[in-house]
Amino acid sequence: MNEFESRPLVVVKGLHKSFPVKGGAFQRVVGHVQAVNGVDLEIREGEALGLVGESGCGKSTLGRALLRLDDPDEGAVEFDGRDILGLKGKELRDLRKEMQFIFQDPFSSLDPRTKIGDSIAEGLRVHGVPRDQRSKRVLESLELVGLESYHARRYPHEFSGGQRQRIGIARALAVNPRFLVLDEPVSALDVSIQSQILNLLKELQRDLKLTMLFIAHDLSVVEHLCDRIAVMYLGKVVEIADRDELFDSPTHPYTQALLSAIPVPDPTLTRERVILQGDLPSPLYPPPGCRFNTRCPIAVTGVCNMFEPTLLPVADGSEHLASCHLRTGEHQHLDRSQTRPTRT
Amino acid sequence: MTSPQSGSKPLLEVKGLQTHFFTRHGVVRAVDGVDLHVEKGEVLGLVGESGCGKSVASMSILRLVSQPGKIVAGEIRLNGENLIDKSEGEMRAIRGDQISMIFQQPVSSLNPVFTVGYQIAEVYKIHEDLKRSVGEKKAIEMLAKVGISDPERRLKAFPHELSGGMAQRVMIAMALAAGPDLLIADEPTTALDVTIQAQILELIESLRHELGMAVILITHDLGIVAEVADRVAVMYAGEIVEETDTKSLFAEPKHPYTQGLIGSIPIAGSRREWLEVIPGRVPNLIDLPAGCRFAPRCKARVANNLSICTEVKPGLEEAAEGHRVRCWLYQEDPR
Repeated sequence: MNEFESRPLVVVKGLHKSFPVKGGAFQRVVGHVQAVNGVDLEIREGEALGLVGESGCGKSTLGRALLRLDDPDEGAVEFDGRDILGLKGKELRDLRKEMQFIFQDPFSSLDPRTKIGDSIAEGLRVHGVPRDQRSKRVLESLELVGLESYHARRYPHEFSGGQRQRIGIARALAVNPRFLVLDEPVSALDVSIQSQILNLLKELQRDLKLTMLFIAHDLSVVEHLCDRIAVMYLGKVVEIADRDELFDSPTHPYTQALLSAIPVPDPTLTRERVILQGDLPSPLYPPPGCRFNTRCPIAVTGVCNMFEPTLLPVADGSEHLASCHLRTGEHQHLDRSQTRPTRT
Repeated sequence: MTSPQSGSKPLLEVKGLQTHFFTRHGVVRAVDGVDLHVEKGEVLGLVGESGCGKSVASMSILRLVSQPGKIVAGEIRLNGENLIDKSEGEMRAIRGDQISMIFQQPVSSLNPVFTVGYQIAEVYKIHEDLKRSVGEKKAIEMLAKVGISDPERRLKAFPHELSGGMAQRVMIAMALAAGPDLLIADEPTTALDVTIQAQILELIESLRHELGMAVILITHDLGIVAEVADRVAVMYAGEIVEETDTKSLFAEPKHPYTQGLIGSIPIAGSRREWLEVIPGRVPNLIDLPAGCRFAPRCKARVANNLSICTEVKPGLEEAAEGHRVRCWLYQEDPR
């Protein structure tokens, strides 16, 4: 990767986003779900960053906040060196031309009564592309995703799931964005179709030099496409590293468990499995200390359930960061001579 | 633990099963001539993509196909008795007692207005004629067996109070309450997170050893099959296209569809540049192609320049010992 490419395009600093929970007879606010709780992240120009975690970990909220689909409560988001959280009106619209979102469900994200050509052209109209150039651009973007020009005159119900996801991608690419957020773009698709879309995305990313944030619950899907991978748990990034580094030496116990939980299509392989106990704690009442301590196989009582770890390099100067008292750098609050990691 | 008993009669034998749906657009041949057998205590993985008929096949085994669907041909023999000949009343006694089923959406499969304990106790009431109080005691045992902590308290919980993983455990407890010989699990973990999926798969695995029951595991995920199943049947467009033991299937997949399917899964840590792609899409089950149903998408057909594939339908024949394939690559041209 050259210097130009490794310049950060998107920078997230201390992002917080919570949603009020209403309850009782008068629908009063009874608490807050902390969906994203202090995330720092850099997405470099031209790279595909994978964001992985289980349902409710805040990965989609983070993706939406980056595009200002939801406004964060706290923190900063910079795009190309510019703070975007204060933008309004035309400035915001111009920005959105550069950043596009691709949704999980290709069935509900298209208007059933609009021809797909018109669906794609709508984005162009909003962004002020003159009428005579729109249809040319629609056909170009259809071609880009492997669809034919006659498809522009058809309605969404005439397409299969895989084709609809291609339409979603075409619609996002029509305005020539630099940054794409893809929220589980293949999880609604069958395996044989999924591989078509993953290959397509990889081609597009390479040819158009796109910067991508690829959100998924499945590490193996992310592996195929992404240069770097971030793992989230209950609103926080717990580990981030280059793809190969993450798969070869996962450091956070959660990443390890996540990796070992993926079923591998090879019956000759016998693996030591880390099976996590219990369910994800409610994001309404996250546990104190390290948020993973309630399910962690190596948690140390008195440390992990009391102090919150921060993201630190796993070795000096490493770009591989993890947030675990027991595994990264200095044990921040731990006097090693007194406390020894014990299995709980 | 009971191991599969070779030589003895299979627990379940399905022959030439055809289940069609009579819609106003035409006849949808969802299951079109399926042969299957499940030995005592074995896990059979039934794999295929959406719309291949794997779920309809399993619903047919339980005779739960509803209008406009109908089982039009075939035999379903459980311990030698043909379930097709049974009356609805007799079937009701068999369901839950000898064969039970768990589904993909555990929360919506439970009745929202009754407690978990009530619903499990009902199984004992129907199949073993036990009083509710006795049934609830047994329900506590069952909940503990499926790994639910504090089962006495959970007994009084309503389905909406449970997480997805917990609800699936309750479903399993309910399905296993009457000690069935066969459990049909239809995508039991698809709606769950990976770490919870690992818990549930391990639970199914340990319970089948403990109770010696057979399992038909229906899934689209070849990874799950590789980890849990003893034998695998691959379905495509209403038919079984390949069937063998799990090791051979992954070591030597024979059908071009199976090969494509295995090649198209992203595997964590495999570092492949590109994934294999099966061109085209699943055929319309109303208007099926002549000859092999996979022929229009088959790269091997083109590479070997086989003309028979688009004209005559291949049978499911043995290509190696215990390895059956529905493909002309492994069969003599009869013409």
